[in-house]
Order: sequence, then structure tokens, then C-alpha cells
Amino acid sequence: MNYKIVKKEALGEDVFRMRVEAPKIARKHRPGQFVVLRVNETGERVPLTIADSDSEAGLITLIFQVVGKTTMLLSDQNVGDAISDVCGPLGTPTHIENFGKVACVGGGIGIAPLYPIAKGIKKAGNRLINILGARTKELFILEDEMAEIADRQLICTDDGSYGTHGLVTDVLKDVIESDDRPDLVIAIGPLPMMKFVSKLTKEYEVPTWVSLNSIMVDGTGMCGCCRVSVGDEQKFTCVDGPEFDGHLVDFDELGKRLAFYREQEAIARDKYTEERKCSCGGD
Amino acid sequence: MTDKPKKPKKEKIPRQKMPEQDPIERGRNFDEVPFGYTPELAQLEAKRCIQCKKPKCITGCPVGVDIPGFIKLIQDGDFLGAARKIKEDNSLPAICGRVCPQEEQCEQVCILGKKQESVAIGNLERFVADYERAHGGFQMPEMSSATGKKVAIVGSGPAGLTAAGELVKKGHQVTIFEAFHKTGGVLVYGIPEFRLPKAIVQEEVDYLVQLGVEIQTNFIVGKMDTIDELLEQGYDAVFVGTGAGLPWFMGIPGERLNGVYSANEYLTRSNLMKAYAFPEYDTPIARGNTVVTIGGGNVAMDSARTALRLGAEESWIVYRRSRTELPARTAEVHHAEEEGINFNFLTLPLKIEGDETGRVKGMECQKMKLGEPDASGRRRPVPIEGSEFFLPCDTVIVAIGNGPNPIVPRTTPDMETNRRGNIIAVYEWGRTSKPKVWAGGDIVTGAATVIMAMGAGKKASASIHRELMGLPDPEPEPEEEDK
Repeated sequence: MNYKIVKKEALGEDVFRMRVEAPKIARKHRPGQFVVLRVNETGERVPLTIADSDSEAGLITLIFQVVGKTTMLLSDQNVGDAISDVCGPLGTPTHIENFGKVACVGGGIGIAPLYPIAKGIKKAGNRLINILGARTKELFILEDEMAEIADRQLICTDDGSYGTHGLVTDVLKDVIESDDRPDLVIAIGPLPMMKFVSKLTKEYEVPTWVSLNSIMVDGTGMCGCCRVSVGDEQKFTCVDGPEFDGHLVDFDELGKRLAFYREQEAIARDKYTEERKCSCGGD
Repeated sequence: MTDKPKKPKKEKIPRQKMPEQDPIERGRNFDEVPFGYTPELAQLEAKRCIQCKKPKCITGCPVGVDIPGFIKLIQDGDFLGAARKIKEDNSLPAICGRVCPQEEQCEQVCILGKKQESVAIGNLERFVADYERAHGGFQMPEMSSATGKKVAIVGSGPAGLTAAGELVKKGHQVTIFEAFHKTGGVLVYGIPEFRLPKAIVQEEVDYLVQLGVEIQTNFIVGKMDTIDELLEQGYDAVFVGTGAGLPWFMGIPGERLNGVYSANEYLTRSNLMKAYAFPEYDTPIARGNTVVTIGGGNVAMDSARTALRLGAEESWIVYRRSRTELPARTAEVHHAEEEGINFNFLTLPLKIEGDETGRVKGMECQKMKLGEPDASGRRRPVPIEGSEFFLPCDTVIVAIGNGPNPIVPRTTPDMETNRRGNIIAVYEWGRTSKPKVWAGGDIVTGAATVIMAMGAGKKASASIHRELMGLPDPEPEPEEEDK
């Protein structure tokens, strides 16, 4: 199979959107699912959420932020290039039905995986309230796409450069206390954001789902690398998740697990940064 | 190669050992441990076989290889003929010669074993397979004409590869679906390079491709197409050989600390993803100084020996029973000991402890003693009160076994599974409760051996072939026979 990149665009600083040929995956994709990809022969297998899919064109959309070697390498691929391996759709799809009012809370790059879920939530007849946050205005992605499907969209930035000056938790708190109180919150974003959203909604007893970005190898339950504590149970993010009850997830443990390979990640990134300089003649 | 063995005058040739790498040196590299027989050694060893009239070794082989037949050809110096002889019954001899537990199968029942050591059948199998690869390579086997029937094989491990090879030779159109990016299943992700070089697996796979088997990697049956969808798309039969792909943990505190791995993860990172070559390859792995592997099977030995090769100063095996109960092959235990793996027998892990960053710093253990035999017939380990001790370490590998991977069973509701989640298949022919679907290997039996999986793949392929050709399975007819 050939996973050719047919479109590539920069959505913001170090954030890219790619459309990739993967007809089998596109046909089966449901909101909440992800792929595991390997850019080239020496590459690592990493999970990336499917941000959108077009089953007729046989395309899936991937949105990613450059953070390490693999995403840097992926961002260096261009239209016409092929990704070595893409497999999916993995994970249990989001449980979507008419819950009433649903607040979709997205932070930074987390808005990408949130988009197909929000779309599904809206389609199922829910009142959709989007609460989107980013560090600063330039880092916002998919604002228009999200607005198009929302009944109400609230924006905030950490530095006040756009929308409300503050965190998504501040905005969410106001919404919960208003007469637009959601019946369900779905939060996707950086780990601390999901942790504090869950803490807040637990106080207010609003059911909350979060989507976890554990480290994975195979993505099919085979290795157990992505295991997380959910309440008293151990769950595998790849097959049991990636969505879990935010009130039960041990975020601190997950945070430590995500940092485990930080040293090697830096080595790989620095090495690739050097190679990149050499290959373009050192400009 | 001309001397004909006359009736030997009771000259007792001792069992020939394979030359191998020095233990200390090899403990730091990933090259294969034994070098294999030279032709001279192979012929010397082959001469030990007395060519029994009623050979027991054949019945000891799960795939029924004509063992005296191929050994006779080695005696005669026809090494290529010997390789072809094995391939009549076993399409993966280079692999089986390396990883089969011959000491529990063919070699265990070898008549010579009663008075002296049995014939080194495994070493001879390995020799001829390697010889064939080095000299002239594969010969196309006899192929039946195309039947126009299509078979889907789910999983490319030993069960799936075997079934694919058998079915393609019978003229069926065979497609293998593999979830990983590479073909071979446990042979590539699980068994380390130093025990089974990946180039050998690749050659066996290439051979199947030459025979006409189509392989689709990155294809997760159950997620892309379900088994029902494969049947709807025109496959006449499906064989499920998805393996034991869901690692067990112990359920003790600390198992989610950094530095705790399932053996599957540890071995997959190292073998399939080549983390040992980081940063040439991008996948990282913890290079611990003190690594403790929990478990006593072959996978535990592979993990402990991999840890050593990744630079561990100390590599420990912690096992709750005693040496005699170790499920690993004797040869593997021996290799591990030679390389300097330490064993802590009769030891039960109670708790893994970590530092403030979440990294493993040691394991609280308890000493055990052997009590009365349990259901498995092995003496049950009983904790000794007050014997708790702390074993400092920075990496822990949990190698206590695997359950069945849930993806295929969960997406095939009308295929029966047992309480553990294993697919129920009639062993003899591998038929499941679902029409047109067969299963075999670890997904049915729980974690077993490569050759057991191959045996299941072979039996199922025979049954599939009969069904596709409108022939009945021979007696004894399994009860769950589907119409």
C-alpha cells in the first residue's frame, strides 16, 4: 500500500495538516480513532489522531505539531512523498449519541482530534458548545471549522492576545454555572489542561471524557506500553481508549510515563536537526 | 562425500556440538550464538542415526517430518536433497531448526536417547536449511493448478505462514493480512536476532511470495475489514492466527512505573524496531544497569539476554518456583547462565518501588518454598513468612505470559471464545464455531511454541483445502463440524 501525501499546509507555527491516501482507513474511520505511523524504515511508530477523513476520496487528514524527531521528519515530507507505514483506524470510537448539551473543550493542538468528535456530537443532535484555548493567538487551529459546527463557541488565550484572557477551565466554569450547563464535557489538549478540566467538572459533577496521548508501539494491545490507571483498573489506551472517564484517570502517573524517554527524544531530535542542516547545504 | 557408511562396529560417535560464540563476547552483541555445523560435523552427527524401521522421532514431530529420511540423505552427502525432504512437511526448516524444543519432541523419543544422547535432529535440520540457502537456494515445489479459491490468513506468524505455504501449493489464492509493518509475527517482534536472525525469517517469507502468496502489511483485520467483510469480499475461507498478543501483568503495585516493560514491549522495541541501534533507529529503549526479568519461560530468557546485550551490568531472572520447574528450554537456560544471567529462584515479586520521577528503583520480593503439587502437577510455591527482601534495580521486564489479542474476537461476535478469550477451535482441524473460519496457534491454545503453531496451521490448511474441494474431514470427525 502507498500512503501518499496529497496535500500539505501549515496551519500555524510548527503545525501542519496533511491529507494522506489511505482508502481502507478512511472508509472505516470513526471519530475518536487514530493511526499509528512510521515515516520511514528507521522511524519510530507513533500514534496520531485522525483529524478528518473522506471515504470517497480515500483520504485521511492528519494534523500534528512538530515536537520531536518523528514529527519533524514528517513535516519534511512533501506532496507526492509517501509515508512508509500507516495503520488504523485504531482505538475505540467515541460513544456518540444525543446527550443534550455537550461542551467540547480543546487546547492547542488538541483541537485537531476534537474536531471530528465535535462534528459527530453535533450531527447526533446535541447542542454543541466549543471552548477553545491556546497559549497565544497565532497558535489557534481549526477555529473556523469548529465555529461552523458549533451552537456556541468561546475562545480564550493564556496571554489575552485573543478572546478571553484566561484558561479554558475559567471559561468552562462560567458555562457550567450559567443556564447553559453542559450534560457532558469532552476535553482534549495538553495533559495539565485535561487534568484541571476533570478536576473542575468533578466538583460540579459533570461527566467528562478525556482522550489520552500515551506512548505506543504497536497500537493493537500487543505491547502494553500505553497502560494507564483508570480508577482501580489498568487500561490499555490503544484498545480500551483512547477516551476515558476524566474523573478516574491518574494524570500524574501518565505525565511521568510521557516523560520517560525525554533524554533519548532530545538526542534523536538534535541528531536530526544536524542532519537536516547538512542536507540543505547549511544555509 | 563418497564414503558409504558400512554397518558400524559399535563405534560410538558422541553427539556433535555446534560451535558457538564465546559466552562473554556474545553477551555484548546481537549476532547469532551458534555458528551451526560444518558439513563434516553434520555428516558425523548424521551417522549416529540408526535408521529405525519404525521411527519414533516422526511421531514426536508436530508436523511429521520424515526425519530418518532427511538424515539418510545427509549421510549420503545430498544436503540439498535433505532440505527438500524436510520441506515436504515443514516449510520453515531454518526457523524450526533453531527454535523448536526438539528435546521435548523428536529428540525426546529418539531411540538412541535411551542409552546415550539422542541424535541432534534440530542441529541437522538447521544445517541443511542453511546449506540450501547458501547453495543454490530454493527450488520451486510442485504446485497444483489454480483452484480459483481464495483464502485469507490473519496474522503472519508461524501458524499463518505455514497455512499460507500449504494452501498456495495446493493451488489456492492466498492473502496474508499482517497488522505490523513487517511480516513474521513473533518470529520478528519476539524472538531476538541472536537466536533467530531476521534475515532468515525474511527469506522464508520471500519464498512464500515467490510461490504466489500475497502479503498486506499494516492491515488490522477487525479494524479495516472484519472477518465477515473478508468473507463478503469473496474469500472462501479465513484462517485466524493472531497469536498471543495481549501481555499479562502481575497486578502488583508499581507496574506502571517508568522502566517496567512487558516482555512483548521490550522485545518489540529491541527486535522489530531495532532500538538496540538507537539513534540510528529512532525507537528508544531503557538501557538499564540492573535489569530484573520476572518469569521462567523462553521469553524471559530472551528478555534477560537482550538486557545484557543492551549494556546491563547485571541481568536477573526472578522466578517463583525452582530451577526444575523452569518452563524454558534447557539449552536457553544454559546459554543464559553461560552469559552471566543471574537467577533468583523461589522468589515472588510483591511490589515495584520508584523514585520521585516515577522511575523504578527496586523491587520488594519474598522468598518461597515448594509445597504440594498444584493442578499443573508442579509443586506449588508457598511464601515464607518474614523472608521479604529488597532487590535494587532500574528496569523490570514482566515475562509471565500473554492472553489472546481481543481485536478479532471482539469484532467477530459469532465466533465462540472461551472464558480467557481464546478462540475455541477443534484442535484436530482448527475449525471454529463460525462457518468458513479456522483458527490455530496461540490465539487458540494460549502461549505455546512456534512448532505447535505451525502444526496447527498445517492441520487447519489441510481441513480448509478439503472444504474448498468439497471433501469431508477424515475420521475422527469433530463434533463441531459446520455444514
